[in-house]
Amino acid sequence: MSTTSDVTAVRPGRPPGETPTAAGPDLARYLTRLGDDALVLGQRLCQWITRAPTVDEDLALSNIALDLIGHARVLLTRAGRLDGTGRTEDDLAYARSEREFTNALLTELPNGDFAVTVARQLAYTHYAVLHYEALAHCPDRELAAFGARAAKEVAFHRLHADRWTVTLGRGTAESARRMRHALERVWPYTGELFEEDDVVRRLAASGTVPSPAPLRETWLGRITEVVTGAGLAVPAPTWSATGGRTGLHTEEFGPLLAELQSVRRQFPGGTW
Amino acid sequence: MTASATRADEDELLAHFDALIADGRTIEPRDWMPDGYRRMLVRQIAQHAHSEIIGMQPEGGWLTRAPSLHRKSVLLAKVGDEAGHGLYLYSAAETLGVDRADLLDALHHGRQRASATFNHPALTWADTGAIAWLTDGAAVINQAPLCRTSYGPYARAMRRVCQEEAFHVRQGYDLMRALCEGTPEQKEMAQDAVNRWWLPAVALMFGPPDTEAGGADARTAALGAAVSRRAMAWGIKRHTNDELRQRFVDTCVPQAERLGLTLPDPVIRWNEERGHYDFTPVDWDTYRKALGDDTHWARQRIAHRLAAHEDGAWVREAAVAHAARTDEPRGAAA
Repeated sequence: MSTTSDVTAVRPGRPPGETPTAAGPDLARYLTRLGDDALVLGQRLCQWITRAPTVDEDLALSNIALDLIGHARVLLTRAGRLDGTGRTEDDLAYARSEREFTNALLTELPNGDFAVTVARQLAYTHYAVLHYEALAHCPDRELAAFGARAAKEVAFHRLHADRWTVTLGRGTAESARRMRHALERVWPYTGELFEEDDVVRRLAASGTVPSPAPLRETWLGRITEVVTGAGLAVPAPTWSATGGRTGLHTEEFGPLLAELQSVRRQFPGGTW
Repeated sequence: MTASATRADEDELLAHFDALIADGRTIEPRDWMPDGYRRMLVRQIAQHAHSEIIGMQPEGGWLTRAPSLHRKSVLLAKVGDEAGHGLYLYSAAETLGVDRADLLDALHHGRQRASATFNHPALTWADTGAIAWLTDGAAVINQAPLCRTSYGPYARAMRRVCQEEAFHVRQGYDLMRALCEGTPEQKEMAQDAVNRWWLPAVALMFGPPDTEAGGADARTAALGAAVSRRAMAWGIKRHTNDELRQRFVDTCVPQAERLGLTLPDPVIRWNEERGHYDFTPVDWDTYRKALGDDTHWARQRIAHRLAAHEDGAWVREAAVAHAARTDEPRGAAA
């Protein structure tokens, strides 16, 4: 069996990076997308800490953010080894500009009220569990192991989102109203998670990694079950946002990135 | 029951309580305890819990700006731990018959306080390192003896808290080490943070002097000493504030030397005779004035906390309403 992990072992005297393979640049772009999703969503959740509705939620959201940053580190590290530039996780997180980030727009949406954050978490976690579970079956052993672990972690985040969706949907009239608005707010941004472009099509055709496109139906079924259980309805399809995967972001993304990179950019050549 | 019989019962209960303390055994929530003991514990545990959650703010503000993904992860874990400590401690306080919501209300409306240490701003990234190294370092020294405090739930909460705090100190030291080994600008940032966080740690993490020798003001010192003696008699406290403060200074001086940082106290020098480092006694009058409730940061910390609480009111109401509905017996719901 041929796996790319055979060539990823770090040996002394070897320059950073992996032996180039046909799928290398595509795989790097694919992993950067997933890594950027996790990083940017983690960054948004960091903005909640000390502002959550309860101290318990401060703790829950910090744990979720911690897992997401952990996923970003694995994915970006691997992407940097695959794309031939030898960039580290921090080079990728702190030295790219807005246009070079390829996260889905959903992950950069401002936190809004707690219901908007829950709706964003609901959409992302149901998608990420499915995507990571599929990744767990890819031939690259390192990526497969990551997919299996990340799917288990995001399953807890999904439970958190499911419970809050039901709690808010079935709580008070006020919370149900806010949850309904929140679902409407994030819904147009969910389609992008399942987009397929040439990069994904080539990778999926060669059996390197799964395409997210076929996961959408299962995702919709599961979301519908939770949302219906919350006494709410899945919003009717209207328009669909796109652009994140090609670096076309919302205007809110610039300030998010500026904040993330500010200290590191302030001290060129610094060690951290 | 006659009044004298009640008094006789109480004398017996008190004798039993005193015997438990004398034996070094713990007092548990269902045990009888003097009202003063209960009040002292509620006050201390609540103040500690409040300090954990208010203490999340200066560092929490840097989560979005941590300069590497490793440091961001470390800081997330640390701030999450502080939320967890707040939760353990509020739970411990609740075993004494108070309600968490009431304690938070007391914090929000100035009837109870968090440590004034956190009424300082975290101005640069290096502050997160200085806070972890110095403030958490002081907390470990202050709190380690509380793992053996006489009230069981508090002692058990503190064992977990201390393990995690000790880890925070190492992380803070490691952060400062990285800055000190970096560019001159980074080292300058580290020194500036230590200049600003040293005195708050020395003074405020240990509280006012509670030995007659420790204070600049004799009256305050005498009052502190009386409270401290009571707390020690009850086994709530094991060492005086001044003993712990000395232990902290003795720990930090060699660490600062290894980092190549200067602690902002010209008096610090080894005293061979005492076997301790000498340092400048804290000028408490200055401190009290600078750190009353009416400073920008004292108000800001509470305002931030209160805003989060008020913004989240509808979420908590939803959770209560939803829980009430799911807890209803099936028949009642019909």
